[in-house]
Amino acid sequence: MADPLLRVENLVRRFGGIVATDHVSLDVAQGELHAIIGPNGAGKTTLISQLTGHLTPDSGSIYLGGRDISHLAAYRRSALGLARSFQITSLLLDFTVADNVALAAQAHAGHSFSFWRNARKESGLRMAAQAALERVGLAHRAGVLVSRLSHGEQRELELAVALATKPQLLLLDEPMAGLGVTESARMVKLLQELRKEVTIVLVEHDMNAVFALADRISVLVYGRVIASDVPSAIRQNEDVKRAYLGDQHVVTAHG
Amino acid sequence: MKDKLNARNLVSALLVAGLLLLPLYSQASGNVFVLTLFTRIVILALAAASLNLIMGYGGMMSFGHAAYLGIGGYAVGILAQEGFGSGFLQFPVALAASAIYALVIGALSLRTRGVYFIMITLAFAQMAYYVASGLARYGGDDGLTVYKRSDFGGLINLSNRTQFYYLCLACLLGVVFLIWRIVNSRFGMVVQGLRSNEQRMQAIGFPAKRYKLMCFVISGTLCGLAGALLANNTDFVSPAVMYWTRSGDLMVMVILGGMGVLFGPVVGAVAYLLLEELLSQVTEYWALIMGPLLLLVVLFARGGIMGLLGRLNRG
Ligand SMILES: Nc1ncnc2c1ncn2[C@@H]1O[C@H](COP(=O)(O)OP(=O)(O)OP(=O)(O)O)[C@@H](O)[C@H]1O
Ligand SMILES: [Mg+2]
Repeated sequence: MADPLLRVENLVRRFGGIVATDHVSLDVAQGELHAIIGPNGAGKTTLISQLTGHLTPDSGSIYLGGRDISHLAAYRRSALGLARSFQITSLLLDFTVADNVALAAQAHAGHSFSFWRNARKESGLRMAAQAALERVGLAHRAGVLVSRLSHGEQRELELAVALATKPQLLLLDEPMAGLGVTESARMVKLLQELRKEVTIVLVEHDMNAVFALADRISVLVYGRVIASDVPSAIRQNEDVKRAYLGDQHVVTAHG
Repeated sequence: MKDKLNARNLVSALLVAGLLLLPLYSQASGNVFVLTLFTRIVILALAAASLNLIMGYGGMMSFGHAAYLGIGGYAVGILAQEGFGSGFLQFPVALAASAIYALVIGALSLRTRGVYFIMITLAFAQMAYYVASGLARYGGDDGLTVYKRSDFGGLINLSNRTQFYYLCLACLLGVVFLIWRIVNSRFGMVVQGLRSNEQRMQAIGFPAKRYKLMCFVISGTLCGLAGALLANNTDFVSPAVMYWTRSGDLMVMVILGGMGVLFGPVVGAVAYLLLEELLSQVTEYWALIMGPLLLLVVLFARGGIMGLLGRLNRG
């Protein structure tokens, strides 16, 4: 079997007395959509942040395409094709929508030690931005300041920014957080499209979305992976039912 | 943003026109003092503009920017004393020394952020102040007289008041133009992005520190130019130009004029130094009036004078 695109081995991260990531091992194959679920505080965001380099693990290793990236800075990992969206929207609020995405494209189009030419007139960057915005359905908002966007639009922009870096692995931390029903449905549809092009790790509380999208699901509880399998097996898994899904209605969908 | 006829641009344009015409007024009215005063204002506006690059656009609150005034000044003064009177040597050395200082200080300071960054840049500037005070050969505490202004051959005569004023003004306008190009370039976009959200910028693939350091060095180098001009203007350089209150003055000019606005620091420098001049003629306790006045601006006119003008336009 080919190497997995992402391999996590025995990752540990503590915050004081809390073990937020407790010997997590995980494989994500090329092309799959791998969902990570778990109750609040299970350590999902902490795990994602270690994958992207925003947090340093206390021990353990992370491999991307067979290469050890455990000690690379966040920007180097981005250059290798790792992109993330943030659970709590993290954008350049005082920039326009187009500028946010164009900067992401700029980061991957040569260096930026260019001091004279007007960056907003670089057609390559603008076109890349436009393309990413069209993907997520935000093209008509290109000239608007991000602080003026609705929450749902900001979630879509998070995704467009990640896409503009041309990632091979997309780490999405609750892209549906705070979205309404129609917005969520749009996002699910969008992810259906994206999964054909890029490997995705999806952290999500919305079980409808997770079971509709995922090839595999890993369940995180108190920092530990208690199960990692295909959706149908996760649905049947006794440990998962007991430890996390608990009330049956959560598994069978809510709403 | 498109160039538009708004209050901000109007004020900037009038200000530039006024500065360009000032020597004519000075000549016609026989008022030499106004030219001397505005030469100083233009030089400090240049220093404030350089500070605006890191403070306004880059979000780096440096509290040690006056150090470059001293470094640029001492480069001129020391070389002059040692018999190297050529401006073609003095000015490049002033810029290079400032750049090197900025590179070292920046590399160390940029490991910290927030209040710590403010404190460490302040501490380094105070160190530079004490080093200068210890330069016994070059006047120590008392400072160093520059007996002959930088010599640019037949090109320009710095001892001629009008020519020197125009040199300073050309430097100011040149630097403002340069900053305008920079902030709209790829580099400038990155620097402003880092001010806005560093975590996001790193996530999309920018090595933050490298860009911040570069910005810090450009800013310091430009301020070194102001230092070289200032030493020529006063025919004197002393540790006092590096004192922390001078750094504070520069910050106030930037905040008063409007952080992150191209002409903000120029407007701020003119307003601050004119006010200081006027108030000090009225009363020796001018600082007691100036302080609260500035506090009001900071509290109630967010974005400084340029911010007020911007709001004027939006109605
Ligand atoms: N910077 C931090 N300092 C201290 N403790 C932290 C920090 N970040 C996370 N934690 C703790 O680590 C644990 C895991 O947090 P994390 O945010 O990764 O959970 P999560 O699974 O993403 O939760 P949610 O579903 O609410 O987003 C929690 O107990 C949290 O309080
Ligand atoms: Mg989380």
